[in-house]
Amino acid sequence: MSELHFPWLELAILLPLLGAGVVGRMESPERARNWSLAVLFISLLGTLGAWFDFVSLQTELAHDRWDGLSWLTGRSVLAMDQFSAPMLALVSLLGLLTVLGTLKTKIKRVSFGGILLNQALGLAIFSAHEPWLLIGLLSLSVLTPLFELVQRGKPTGVYLTHLGAFVLFLGAGWWLVSRNPEGAWWHYCGGVLLVVAVLIRSGVAPLHCWMTDLFEHAPFGSSILFVTPMAGAYAAVRLVVPEAPDWSLKLLVWAPMLTSLYAAGMALVQQELRRFFVYLFLSHASLVLVGLETATTEALAGGLSVWFATSLSLTGFGLTLRSVESRLGRISLADYHGLFEHMPNLAILCLVTGLASVGFPGTIGFVATELLVDGVIHRYPWTGVAIVLAAALNGIAVLKVYFRLFTGPRHSTSICLQARPAERIAVLLLVVLMIGGGLYPQPFLESRFQAAEHLLGERSGSQSQPMHHEVPDGEAEVLERTGQEDSQRELKREFQREVDTLKPEQILSAEGFETKWSPSGGSDKGEGGPRQRDALDDH
Amino acid sequence: MELTGIFNLMVVLVVGGPALLLLGLGLPPLLGFKLSERFAASCSRAVILIGLAALVGIAILFWSSGASHALVFKGSDWVALEEVHFHFRLELIFDWLSIPFAILSFLLCGLIAAFAANYMHREPGYQRFFFLFAMFLLGINTAILAGSIETLFLGWELVGLSSALLVAFFQERVAPVENGLRVWSVYRIADAAFLVGAALLHHLTGEGEFARLAGTEGWPHAAISLPEGQAFLIGLLMIVAAAGKSALVPFSGWLPRAMEGPTPSSAIFYGALSIHLGTYLLLRLSPLLDRVPALSWIVLGLGVATVLVASVAGRVQSDVKSALAFASLTQVGLISVEIGLGLRYLPLLHMIGHACLRTLQLLRAPTLLRDYQLLENALGRHVSNRRNPWSFWLSASSQLRLYRWGLERAYLDAGLERWLVEPLLAIFRWCDRAERKWTDWLSGRPSRESDELPPTDELLKELR
Repeated sequence: MSELHFPWLELAILLPLLGAGVVGRMESPERARNWSLAVLFISLLGTLGAWFDFVSLQTELAHDRWDGLSWLTGRSVLAMDQFSAPMLALVSLLGLLTVLGTLKTKIKRVSFGGILLNQALGLAIFSAHEPWLLIGLLSLSVLTPLFELVQRGKPTGVYLTHLGAFVLFLGAGWWLVSRNPEGAWWHYCGGVLLVVAVLIRSGVAPLHCWMTDLFEHAPFGSSILFVTPMAGAYAAVRLVVPEAPDWSLKLLVWAPMLTSLYAAGMALVQQELRRFFVYLFLSHASLVLVGLETATTEALAGGLSVWFATSLSLTGFGLTLRSVESRLGRISLADYHGLFEHMPNLAILCLVTGLASVGFPGTIGFVATELLVDGVIHRYPWTGVAIVLAAALNGIAVLKVYFRLFTGPRHSTSICLQARPAERIAVLLLVVLMIGGGLYPQPFLESRFQAAEHLLGERSGSQSQPMHHEVPDGEAEVLERTGQEDSQRELKREFQREVDTLKPEQILSAEGFETKWSPSGGSDKGEGGPRQRDALDDH
Repeated sequence: MELTGIFNLMVVLVVGGPALLLLGLGLPPLLGFKLSERFAASCSRAVILIGLAALVGIAILFWSSGASHALVFKGSDWVALEEVHFHFRLELIFDWLSIPFAILSFLLCGLIAAFAANYMHREPGYQRFFFLFAMFLLGINTAILAGSIETLFLGWELVGLSSALLVAFFQERVAPVENGLRVWSVYRIADAAFLVGAALLHHLTGEGEFARLAGTEGWPHAAISLPEGQAFLIGLLMIVAAAGKSALVPFSGWLPRAMEGPTPSSAIFYGALSIHLGTYLLLRLSPLLDRVPALSWIVLGLGVATVLVASVAGRVQSDVKSALAFASLTQVGLISVEIGLGLRYLPLLHMIGHACLRTLQLLRAPTLLRDYQLLENALGRHVSNRRNPWSFWLSASSQLRLYRWGLERAYLDAGLERWLVEPLLAIFRWCDRAERKWTDWLSGRPSRESDELPPTDELLKELR
């Protein structure tokens, strides 16, 4: 593991953590807001510094210099890789912009200490490389929204039931997986529990109701911050994808695929703004899981790209809707509100961010969705069709909501409803990133592609069976033909790894090579069987 | 400068100009600046003039090169992931099909820009109109000249969004907005069918090149080598996409609704160009139709059905724009029939001629009564209103039924709504109720604050 030039990660995480303690004691809400902004800004600089430092190192995994936590625990518990480097900056940015976009008249009701604590936890989650640390942080992170619900005297039954089960299943699942050998019954049970935990945290139907309930009762801003980084998907990447057998990944493709369609349909019939937003988010978040669990380089890269694009665009969309809501209160979608004349900027931003979230051409979501569809369709043709249909339905829902909010008989009010500069800057920054990423997507996609390769490398390293081992009969022929290039790439990588572990005399000996790949050669990679050998021959 | 360099420069002017116009008219309002009417109109006219000149230049190049093979512009890779063969680049094709239609689109857009500069003068949404106009200009030209699936999709999406927002242009009234949403919904479904077709092509053949569907030789002589079964499946999806875009049966309902927009946009978008995008796609994919005769029969059937529906519905409309919309639809149906019969140049000529006539008619629509008076003055008598000879063949009750059938627009919208949209929405509403029960049970009390939102004040709504 390489070493960064500075303790960036610790700076980015500890600062909001300390800030939470300081800000939580402040009496003046305005002061608390300004301090929070300063802390979050420095934290963002920390994550950006870590990212650039990581890129300059040209390595696959890096940890902090003068790593205090490793000194305490005896090993590196916080690290960043190609996948998490930009995600950390994203989490930081979303936190900063959420606070920046908070209307001054609302700051009395906002818990800035809670936001900073949530932010510290979020950054720690995306830096955690130790499974138990990750599980602990994920469990802790569910507490901040719970406190908010309790503080506001809102019902907690739905949230507690779902996320209590999440914490329980996650912990028990990993305990069983790590304590039992592969193939054992309890190992299998642990895998199932892990998958269910991920499904709950990601809001996959029918385990999604905690999310709609959270948006119903908790503040809009902190709910957006809690869900948009998609910590559940992160748990899937770190705990499930590297270990899970193919059958469980198939479950993880089908359930999110159906959720994506279901949530898109539900978004169409919602009569209230926040509920609409949750279903739109759920539809997109499910697409991320589809990409992650398809587990081919292209689909995984697509899933990671959609993840980044969705977090950006839906946070922008959510912040715009929150700005509208903070002026008018909870908004019914049963009627037209005619707000265009009062807030033309917010109307434009709402449309741009909403369309970006459904992958409109010219935005970062467009190429991300295309890559995902291209990747998924090879393995699961019907899933590819479902993604396209879900995107079509989401597009209809977004324009419907835009029309409901900003068109219709003109809203009458004597108060100025224009967006404040801070709100505009917050959303505009996201719009610049969305459109910039859409017009020049190459570096973004390349980085996600490399991250996908790295993650799949981890998976094939930890799997005793090769990725393409379990293929249903009906799909076998299709995979033979269309997935051949994928297999070849996997084989090239496998082959390179094998070669790296051989001694020079073994490399020179053709016999040594054959032994490694023959079914009787003692290597369990050989279970890939005739297809791998054929593909290698073809190559 | 070499010919290739000149060609590339002209292509940039054709597509880059509208893109810059879109940026120039879209960015200032986003940053809070207001543009003057003169600036918006002048920029639009300049971009169209330059683009048209460049397009004529390309036409001359194409003709001087023998016109046997299409000129293809391949931009550098916008995205390239070599390891998985994932490429994105702007690819434009200039041939006998695209050049005349693109020239027509520039000419008509120029005409509309000039007309709208006066027609929309002092309209509160003047800037918005020209911004959407720029989006349409970019979208339609990208779609017409598209040489790859991604490029075509890009163009289609821009046309779809600009169309929906233009239909909803008079946004203080609810009806145009609802119609705009209807147009957008049909376009999204058509886009989904197109994308699924493209994805299927990718899945079945391992590559998503447009040439697999449209052939590599010059239009209309290209041939494709897809197996018949695969070609049928993909072709069917492409026909659904084309039917959605060109308002063929059963998607005809959106066209008269689209007439809610300002007259210049109705003229160009629905009467002239946008309505022909579907039939244009069918012409572009004619090698696919040639490969599977059943597809041609389906196109023929759709065309005949559309002609029947539109000609009856058009005869019972009480406003001129709706009547013109159905007249357009009748012609589009006829163009589809021609395509289904295997004709290629005739439908192209038909589209161009029809687009010009309909633009003229739609632009004159606001002064229809005055035109009638002028006509009658010139004739020196009333324009005759003879009874339709077909009516002698039908009983009075049949005439009434036919009248109602036409008035209800062949029940197409109502049918789609009743048999497709409503059942689907009913399922999701049922799921919503089930979710409410579940969360209420878990919470031990009513769990939805959003249920308590005050209902809209109907009186206030009326007063508005």
